[in-house]
Amino acid sequence: MSEGATTREGFAVLWVAIKREKGIFALSTLGSVLFGALTVADAWVLGWATDHVVLPAFRNGEVGSGLLLTVVALFVGVAILRAVGIVARRLGAGIMQYRMQAHYRRDVTRQYLRLPMEWHQRHPTGQLLSNANSDVEAAWGPIAPLPMAVGTVAMMVIAVAQMLVADLVLALVGLLVFPAVIAANVLYQRLASPLMTRAQQLRAEVSEIAHESFDGAMVVKTLGREAEETRRFATKANELRDVNIRAGRIRAAFDPALAALPNLGVLLVLIVGVARVLDGRSVAGDVVTVAYLLTIVSFPIRSIGWLLGEFPRSVVGFRRVSQVLDATGEMTYGDQQVAGGPAGAAVGARLELRHVGYSYEPDQTVLGDVSFTVEPGRTVAVVGATAAGKSTLTTLLTRLVDPDRGRILLDGIDLRDLAHGELAEVMAIVPQAAFLFDDTVRGNVTLGAAVDDAEVWEALRVAQADGFVAALAEGLDTRLGERGTSLSGGQRQRICLARALVRRPRLLILDDATSAVDPEVEARILSALRGRAGGASLVVVAYRKATIGLADEVVYLADGRVADRGPHRDLLARNPAYSRLVNAYEQAPHEPVEAGDVT
Amino acid sequence: MTTVDTGEEIGAIDTIRRGMAHSPELKEGIRFTLFLAVIASVGQVVVPIAVQQTLDRGLHADGGPDVPFTMVMAILAALAIAVTSYASFLMTTRLFTSSERGLATLRIKAFRHVHDLPLLTQNTERRGALVSRVTSDVDQVSQFLVFGGLLFIVSIGQILVATVVMVVYSWQLALVVWVAFAPLFLSLRYFQRKLSAAYGTVRRQVGLMLSAISEPVVGAAVVRSYAVEDRTQARIDAAIDEYKAASTRAQGFTAFSFSLGGVSAGLANAGVIVVGVLLGFAGDVTSGEVLAFAFLVTLFVGPVQMGTQILTDAQNAIAGWRRVIGILETPADLVDPGERGRVLPRGPVDVRFEHVDFAYPGGPLVLRDVDLEIAAGTRMAIVGETGSGKSTFAKLLSRLMDPTSGTVRLDGVDLREVSQASLRQSVVLVPQEGFLFDDTLAANLRYGQLEATDELLVFAIDVLGLTEWLETLPRGLQTQVGQRGESLSAGERQLVALVRAQLADPDLLVLDEATSSVDPALEMRIGQALERLMRGRTSVTIAHRLSTAESADEVVVVDRGRVVQRGAHADLLRQDGVYAGLHASWVAQQGPGR
Repeated sequence: MSEGATTREGFAVLWVAIKREKGIFALSTLGSVLFGALTVADAWVLGWATDHVVLPAFRNGEVGSGLLLTVVALFVGVAILRAVGIVARRLGAGIMQYRMQAHYRRDVTRQYLRLPMEWHQRHPTGQLLSNANSDVEAAWGPIAPLPMAVGTVAMMVIAVAQMLVADLVLALVGLLVFPAVIAANVLYQRLASPLMTRAQQLRAEVSEIAHESFDGAMVVKTLGREAEETRRFATKANELRDVNIRAGRIRAAFDPALAALPNLGVLLVLIVGVARVLDGRSVAGDVVTVAYLLTIVSFPIRSIGWLLGEFPRSVVGFRRVSQVLDATGEMTYGDQQVAGGPAGAAVGARLELRHVGYSYEPDQTVLGDVSFTVEPGRTVAVVGATAAGKSTLTTLLTRLVDPDRGRILLDGIDLRDLAHGELAEVMAIVPQAAFLFDDTVRGNVTLGAAVDDAEVWEALRVAQADGFVAALAEGLDTRLGERGTSLSGGQRQRICLARALVRRPRLLILDDATSAVDPEVEARILSALRGRAGGASLVVVAYRKATIGLADEVVYLADGRVADRGPHRDLLARNPAYSRLVNAYEQAPHEPVEAGDVT
Repeated sequence: MTTVDTGEEIGAIDTIRRGMAHSPELKEGIRFTLFLAVIASVGQVVVPIAVQQTLDRGLHADGGPDVPFTMVMAILAALAIAVTSYASFLMTTRLFTSSERGLATLRIKAFRHVHDLPLLTQNTERRGALVSRVTSDVDQVSQFLVFGGLLFIVSIGQILVATVVMVVYSWQLALVVWVAFAPLFLSLRYFQRKLSAAYGTVRRQVGLMLSAISEPVVGAAVVRSYAVEDRTQARIDAAIDEYKAASTRAQGFTAFSFSLGGVSAGLANAGVIVVGVLLGFAGDVTSGEVLAFAFLVTLFVGPVQMGTQILTDAQNAIAGWRRVIGILETPADLVDPGERGRVLPRGPVDVRFEHVDFAYPGGPLVLRDVDLEIAAGTRMAIVGETGSGKSTFAKLLSRLMDPTSGTVRLDGVDLREVSQASLRQSVVLVPQEGFLFDDTLAANLRYGQLEATDELLVFAIDVLGLTEWLETLPRGLQTQVGQRGESLSAGERQLVALVRAQLADPDLLVLDEATSSVDPALEMRIGQALERLMRGRTSVTIAHRLSTAESADEVVVVDRGRVVQRGAHADLLRQDGVYAGLHASWVAQQGPGR
């Protein structure tokens, strides 16, 4: 990426912000121009005071009190107006920046909610979080110095005009400073830009490592791998450090150079000025004015450099955010309603799979050709060996992904033809991994649905969660989630189960949803479910025979196909592979182990 | 339970002092850097002196303007600018180097410390908030130290130099300038307190916002299957708005406090001219001195404004620094005795619980007065209902937590006295959720033994009877497991955790529901392999499935935090106790076909 391209792209990014927040940009720029104009006015007041008050006063040995009052009024008036300008500029720039951040964070999270699961599976969590956070921040970083830079330009125009009016020749001498400053800035950009880009990349990588490592903290701890993890993190952190130091050296060289150039200009103006006063072609006051104007623009001129200095980070951040915003592959929904009515209706839903196939990658078929039907009110157990594709099947049933081949019908309607939200009205899933929101127990169960507390308690009771929830200090109002009360795995699963039950779904899918629950508790849950499920159809992914025994029918998955189906007893009798799978506990011989057979 | 220290009660100066202590690099060569800063500050005063001299002795020299004198002055000034610019370059480079080094150290220390925090603290802290402490919080400090810190030092230097020069010119006018700025200096503390509070709120809102933003990412499946996109978005939008509001408020304070400097400057300028003229009548100052003073005021105002801005911007950085220091100062309450720690001898260990009580912070006792000895080489199963406290055994044994009272001893040594390195070598806990890193299967298995060759990995898989499973994976050991291992099933992730344990070759193996997600047939196969693995070691297995208890040497039954029964499966079955009840329900669970 060349420096010129970065600068152009940086301006393009800023233009996006300016177009979106015209009003506040205008306000802050106005504030900045006011500030700039009044800074120049300050110089003018000083020049005026020099020529009309100070020099005559010293010459004549007297001064009118009215004149002194005017000086005071001018200086203080200018200062107060300038303060107003500062507030407008800084507050305006802040508001503009925070608004742009908020717009983009909203847009990015909207995309996260809109894009399909497959997209999520392809993108690391750490990356998505940094897209919504630090990349958005980086993209709009240049907004902070923007009004100041715009104001500086205005100020420079005014200052230059002032200088030209005061003394044309001296002004031209002073103006030699400007091309020198611009050249230095361009050179700085060219040298620093690649380093800044690299630093931004490294920041994201450091964040990704930290995220993953803290996620796996338990494993790191139990295997004593803290030192290795720290080494992994330190490698990237040190690389970031070195890039920052290199960028810092460049900045260290250019900052004093940029500060020195206007000072050298002032000296030049003085030399020429003295000579011209000698010749009688200039007045002392004008030399003072030009020199002073040069000193006051010398500092703000660097704000243009700061603006350009933010560009590389901004451009990289904006690009990373744009990748999310431009991602396509939205799930499309139809407009069909389910015929059997929404949740709560007494009749179970009918689910039919016709020749369903799915692969994560072309060479990795997870489900080959799966067909079965769940009749209304019936319970079907999906049984299969580890990694047989059971969980993939549940993601298809809940339409987190669509099948590559075949169709899934709910009450005779293809899932893809259902209106958005319609499927969730009818069906609820309890996944293997319990996810809790950063919310209260009540919020986690209802997810915002209009359900009264009695129903929440009822659902918790069926899920065998009422006991421990009642024991929590604040009951239903206890906050859960990452920072909340820590619950055990089994307790979390039961909250998730209550979340499904409270919706009175017509089709309930349990994906090994009680794996972290004791058999006894599980038995209580299952009997309560059977007592309550009423008309609901039920699909359970399970290993335990008690769970399987509940089912009217078993679908036995092997190698991505339905290897057999029918009542549990029939399968046990006719299918040796199935029998081996579910009866493993009884059949396992207590293998004799010879002493010394140690690995 | 210790929650992570937010560091909010640490004052600004204290934060910097403690921050310096945590990153000693920041102090390296600071004297020379400060010396360079003084030279750089002096440079900023060169121009006005040159202006004054030129005006007084060049422009207004007796007998008309003196060109040669002006030339000499200008060349001297240019030389001074060159010297001070070079000093400034050296100073900035040194500051960059020392602060980046210091902050990298801080970042890495904080990262390590997060891993050293007790499991309970890690679990109750938002993941995003922990990450931000080693990333954006440190970046905030970096921005401040490098730009703010540098400019602040230079500003203070310039204020001092400008004051000295002003006093040399005219102590009366210098006094006027200081009086004009007095209200600003006096109100700084007030604004700082306001700003500190405002930025504290900003940092908190960032945490809440990050947490809200993580929901559609981490909980993508749940949000979709429950069609709660709108609700989730509403919650995110609210968090984003609150962050925006807090930031805007803080920015308002910043802008207002910054603008005060400009008003003070106006007062100072007016005062200098008026008082200067009056003093001139008394013959105390010359016109050139008054005019040079006007320049000196800008030299004074510039750094004062810069300094106030840095002080206000610093509040945000200091808030970040506090949070990082907060992490470091949160006690890793399982203190590693380190070098002084005892090293456990290798070979099967003997485990002893002596009057162990355990309660989660603020909660009731989960384990009560547990007194238990597990002889070396025993395969022990611990069973009990959900909530009976059996998982707590696993955590105490692997020292993820320390007992509230009583002692856990391995080979007679109090676990608290064993060095972490020795402990992790001797004791391996296989948890229910085997976390995988986004890497290859081989890299994940090596978590058990870093230097293991591929052959050794394959051998370990074979020992556990999992070769068939390995062959089902399309790329074998080189299979990418995906984020958190999500390309593998939950059962497969547990298999990886078991192979890791096999490779780690511990003397005490603790299995906490380690095979809950694999199918029964596979579990039984692993069970046989695990039995082989357990030989020559002590093992403690926490299990729901009583099939595990059946094959153990001994069973400990836990009920409501107490050990109620202990003995061989067959013996316990004959007694009329908790175990018989559990077993009956397990058998019933197995349902038809048993």
